[in-house]
Amino acid sequence: MAAFFAIAPLFVYPVFLMKVMCFALFACAFNLLIGYVGLLSFGHAMFFGMAGYVSAHAAKVWGVTPELAILLGTFCSAVLGWVAGYLAIKRQGIYFAMITLALAQMVFFFALQAPFTGGEDGIQGVPRGNLFGIFDLSTAAGMYPVVLVIFLGGFLMIWRIVNSPFGQILKAIRENEPRALSLGYDTDRYKHVAFVLSATLAGLAGGTKALVFQLASLTDVHWSMSGEVVLMTLLGGLGTLFGPVVGAAVIVSMQNYLAQLGAWVTIVQGVIFVICVLAFRRGIVGEIANIIKKPL
Amino acid sequence: MEIFGVPTQVLFGQLLIGLINGSFYALLSLGLAVIFGLLNIINFTHGAQYMMGAFVAYLLLNKLGIGYWWSLLIAPIIVGATGVIIERTMLQRLYKLDHLYGLLLTFGIALIIQGLFRNEYGSSGQPYRVPAELTGGTNLGFMFLPNYRAWVVVASLIVCLATWFVIERTKLGAYLRAATENPSLVQAFGINVPRMITLTYGFGVGLAALAGVMAAPIYQVSPQMGSDLIIVVFAVVVIGGMGSIMGSIVTGFGLGLIEGLTKVFYPEASNTVIFVIMAIVLLLRPAGLFGTQK
Repeated sequence: MAAFFAIAPLFVYPVFLMKVMCFALFACAFNLLIGYVGLLSFGHAMFFGMAGYVSAHAAKVWGVTPELAILLGTFCSAVLGWVAGYLAIKRQGIYFAMITLALAQMVFFFALQAPFTGGEDGIQGVPRGNLFGIFDLSTAAGMYPVVLVIFLGGFLMIWRIVNSPFGQILKAIRENEPRALSLGYDTDRYKHVAFVLSATLAGLAGGTKALVFQLASLTDVHWSMSGEVVLMTLLGGLGTLFGPVVGAAVIVSMQNYLAQLGAWVTIVQGVIFVICVLAFRRGIVGEIANIIKKPL
Repeated sequence: MEIFGVPTQVLFGQLLIGLINGSFYALLSLGLAVIFGLLNIINFTHGAQYMMGAFVAYLLLNKLGIGYWWSLLIAPIIVGATGVIIERTMLQRLYKLDHLYGLLLTFGIALIIQGLFRNEYGSSGQPYRVPAELTGGTNLGFMFLPNYRAWVVVASLIVCLATWFVIERTKLGAYLRAATENPSLVQAFGINVPRMITLTYGFGVGLAALAGVMAAPIYQVSPQMGSDLIIVVFAVVVIGGMGSIMGSIVTGFGLGLIEGLTKVFYPEASNTVIFVIMAIVLLLRPAGLFGTQK
C-alpha cells in the first residue's frame, strides 16, 4: 500500500490522492473503535472537523509552522475525545451511537457560533507554510510526501495498537464484555482509552486535511460527515485493517467523479448503505479476506 | 410589564414557540420509543418520515385539492404504509443481528428519501397555508395566541396521552409489552408477533408523519426539515430514557420549554442547551430521567 501511494501521483491527480489519504486515515481511526471494540460512534466528525478548525486557525492567525498546527489540532481532538468518551461510554450499543451523535451536534453549533471559526464561511485561505520552517509545502509536490508520511504513520500506529496485548483486550471486550470484565479488566477504562486514541487519529486526519485544502469548514463537523465515515468503513469492511482505506478511496472517487449529478450522490450513498447492511456486511476487503481465508 | 427585565410579550411568545417545538419533540420521540420498544431499532428514517408527512400533505393539497383535515388522516396512513413496506422487505432481515445494523440501514434509507425529495423539489421550502378554521388568534391579555398554534399543542398532547393510554393501560398494549420481553412466549399464545411488529413500525412512522402534517403550516415544507430535528429528538430520547413512553412525552414538552426560555435569556446557547442538558443527565443518571438501567 505504501508503494502504491508513493507511485500513484505519477498517474493520478495528487490533490485527489491526498484527499483519499486524509479520509482513509479518518476511516481507519473510526474503524479502530467499531471494528475492534464494537463501539459505533456516530459523531466522529466532531474530532475531524474541530481539529481542522484548530489547525487552520493556528496556521493562519497564529502563524505557526504546519507540523505544530497539525499537532495542536490533534491535541485538541484528543481532549475533546477524552470528554466525549467519558460521557458516551457510560452507555452501550445504540445509546452510545446516539450520545456521540448528539455531542457532535453540540460541537457543530459551537463551530457555527464561535468567533474564531468564521461561521458559515469557515476559515479560508489557510497557508500551508514551511515544514519545520524549511521545506516549502505550497506546491502539491511538497505537500504530498508529508501527507503520505502522516497517513502511513497513523496506519502503522493503528496496526500496532490492534496487534498489541492492549488490542487483544479490546477485541475481547468486543466479543464478550461481561467476560472481559469478569477476567478483571476495567473494560470502561479500556474503552475510554480506545475512544481517545480513535479521536486523536481522526483529529490528525482532520488537521492534515485542513492544511491540504487550506480550508476548514462546517461540512467537516456536520453530522453527515459522521455518516460518511461510517459508510466508508462499512463498505470497505468493518474490523479489517485495509477495509477503511479501500472504502474511503471508493467513496471519495465516487464523490469526485459523480459530483455533477448533485443530489443523486446522496441517493447512491444511501443505496450503497442499504445494500451493504442487507447483503454485504463484510464489506469489500472483508469478502476478499473471507475468500482467501486470511485476515487483511 | 416585565419579568426579569424581559417584556412579558416576548417571554410568553418564546414560551409558546418552545411549547410548539416541544410538541414535535414529544410526538417524534414517542414514535421512536414505540418503535424501539418492540423492534429494538433506532429508526434513523424518522426525520425523513416526518418530512414525508409534510410533503404528502402539501401534495394532497396542491395536486388533489385535499385539505388539511383530511391530510391529518391520509398522510400518516400513506407514510405508515411505506413504513410497513420498509419493515417487511428490509428491517425484518436484521432482527437476529446486532442492533447497530438497524440504525445503519435506516440511516441509508433516510439518505435515499431525502435525496429523492431534494431532486424533485430543490432545497427551498414550499409554503402550506394554515387551514381556514384556525386562522386568526385570541388575545389572552398578556399575549396574542394564534389559534393554529394552540391547536397543535392541544392535538399533540391528546395524541401522546392516547398512545400512552393504549400501551400502558389496554390489553393490546399488554400484548405489545409482553412481546418486547419475550416474543416467542407471546407467539406461543397464538398471537401473530411478526404482524404486530410490522404494524407497530407502521404506527410509529405514522406518528412521525402526523407531526409532519401539523408542522407544515408552521415551518416551510422542505426536504431538510427532518434531518437536523431528528438529532435533537435523539438527545431528547437519551435524556428521557429510551424505554419510557411517559419519559419521551414529558421530556419532549419540557425540553421545548427550556429551549424557549434559553432563547429569551441567553440566545447564544439556545441551539446547544438540549445537548448540554443531555451531558448533565448522562453524568448523573446514565439511563435517562425515566429510564431503567439494564
